[in-house]
Amino acid sequence: MSTSHETPPVKLDARVTLPRSGFVAAILTVLIASAAVFAAQQGLSSYVVTLLALLFINAALAVSLTLTNGLTGLFSLGHPAFMTVGAYVAAILTFPVTRKGTMLPGLPEWLAATQLSILPALLIAGAAGGLLALFVGWAVLRLKGHYLAVATLGLIIVVQGLANNWDGITRGGAGLSGLPRLVDVWWAFGFLVLVVAFTWRLKFSSLGRSMMAVRENELAAQCSGINPARLKILAFVIGAVLAAVGGALLAHLVSVITPKTYSVLLAFNLVVMVVIGGSGSIFGALLAAAAITILSEALRPVEESVGLYGLSQVIVAVCLIIVLRLRPSGLFGSGEPGLVRRLYSGRRDA
Amino acid sequence: MSEAPVVEARSLEKRFGGLVAVDEYDLRLERGDLVGLIGPNGAGKTTAYNLLTGVLKPSAGRISLSGRDMTGAAPYLMARAGLARTFQNIRLFSDLSVVENVMCGGHTRLAASTVATMLQLPSFWRAEERLRQTSQEIVERIGLAELAGQRAGDLSYGDQRRVEIGRALAGQPQVLLLDEPAAGLNPSETRDLVSFIRQMNEESGIAVLVVEHDMHLVMDLCKRIQVLNRGKLIAEGTPEEVQGDAAVIEAYLGAGRKERAHA
Repeated sequence: MSTSHETPPVKLDARVTLPRSGFVAAILTVLIASAAVFAAQQGLSSYVVTLLALLFINAALAVSLTLTNGLTGLFSLGHPAFMTVGAYVAAILTFPVTRKGTMLPGLPEWLAATQLSILPALLIAGAAGGLLALFVGWAVLRLKGHYLAVATLGLIIVVQGLANNWDGITRGGAGLSGLPRLVDVWWAFGFLVLVVAFTWRLKFSSLGRSMMAVRENELAAQCSGINPARLKILAFVIGAVLAAVGGALLAHLVSVITPKTYSVLLAFNLVVMVVIGGSGSIFGALLAAAAITILSEALRPVEESVGLYGLSQVIVAVCLIIVLRLRPSGLFGSGEPGLVRRLYSGRRDA
Repeated sequence: MSEAPVVEARSLEKRFGGLVAVDEYDLRLERGDLVGLIGPNGAGKTTAYNLLTGVLKPSAGRISLSGRDMTGAAPYLMARAGLARTFQNIRLFSDLSVVENVMCGGHTRLAASTVATMLQLPSFWRAEERLRQTSQEIVERIGLAELAGQRAGDLSYGDQRRVEIGRALAGQPQVLLLDEPAAGLNPSETRDLVSFIRQMNEESGIAVLVVEHDMHLVMDLCKRIQVLNRGKLIAEGTPEEVQGDAAVIEAYLGAGRKERAHA
């Protein structure tokens, strides 16, 4: 490129050192948060610690949905389907061999004789979710907007039906209970850190920018050499892999998985988190996920004493309406709040 | 550089049902060419653009870029083969900043692979740096250095047009198709635009095809002009030749009243 104008040379506003400062800030944040988790684990009741783990996993799921729906502009409701697949795959893999024979007679012999620890089970669960998304996405991602939402909603029903009826392998409607409780708050925390770091780095890379370009204007993106079909599949599959791992973690946290555990209601809740936080805003999704998880847990005693079950859902829905009235693009729009962005990417225009 | 023309379209045809929007359209752009495509409203100019960029598939005819047959290829493949465009109704990535818009244009050419990005390999960081630097240079070239970090959707109309051109340039195209680049610009913005296009064309040898309603601009800027009417090419030549062409005058002003009465 020849620069012939009388323009000054490119200003290199300390671009080499600044990303490093973002990296340092990220490490420090993780360390401080770890200390807080450790303190909580020592000082608080196991109920609160489990709640904290639940919050972490929910937040990670919301962020992973931000990647699919927020960055790329798809409107997928399919997260619970991938979570269910991930949870069942992992549960079958970690279930004690001694109980598999009686509870799951339909398993092939090699599977009945296998018992994995949690990490390989999670990886295989993620791979299973990703494969399903690849297969489904190839067919479904030609649909746009509401059609995609309906199709992915259908996927939840299909997966639930499968889990309900494939007795020999899933134990039908009763689900798999008494799973080994292999996941504690640290697994949940680690997963959250991983998902946030991954999504953040993706968002501020050329790949993530191209995904946002597809969201903003698909035709213009395509005429700029970007292949929208490929990026959509990629975002859908990555979201599904993370959802499947999250589902598997959740199942091993509460030690049970049934076909109904991850329902359409969860899809709604996750979408609400993304929408309230701002489509594409990682920080917004984190904040909204934390707020909604805490809110619905805090309202549980109220619901029980007054007999108003579903009160938290009502409040979440009202919050959604208020946010959409006052800030139609969510709390933070598609960006990150300035302070957070400067702190972690160390670049003003990033 | 190969000897083949950067763009060669032969007998392009597009039918929508019974309507023939473009018929027997030919175009040959060499390196450094600066050609205008004009015609009355509804003549098929935008359809011709959409055919050339792969947005629409031709019903008949062939398109090749630098000697490579690209007939029926998707727009992103056309873009990767060196053909960039802007849009009549500006299509920016409104929520991204100016420099990010330009960076998106350079994605295919400069970005690291998907795997390198996901694993944050050193090659990713190098590629990202190069992409940012190149895009920053382009943003300065289009005169928007001060607005580099601004949200593109918040810019004035004229600046948004520049961003579109900047985004197109980031792909280092061999040919640039401008669809009514001066629409909505004031006279001084138009003058800037004309000198920018001319400079870009002369310095980098990018072939340019312009659709434009501003006749002064077209006659002043282009070395060669094609005139399209009702989907058919009715004239092609230098600005002077085209201005004196009877068929062109008829297309724009209509046949004389007397003549029509006899017909």
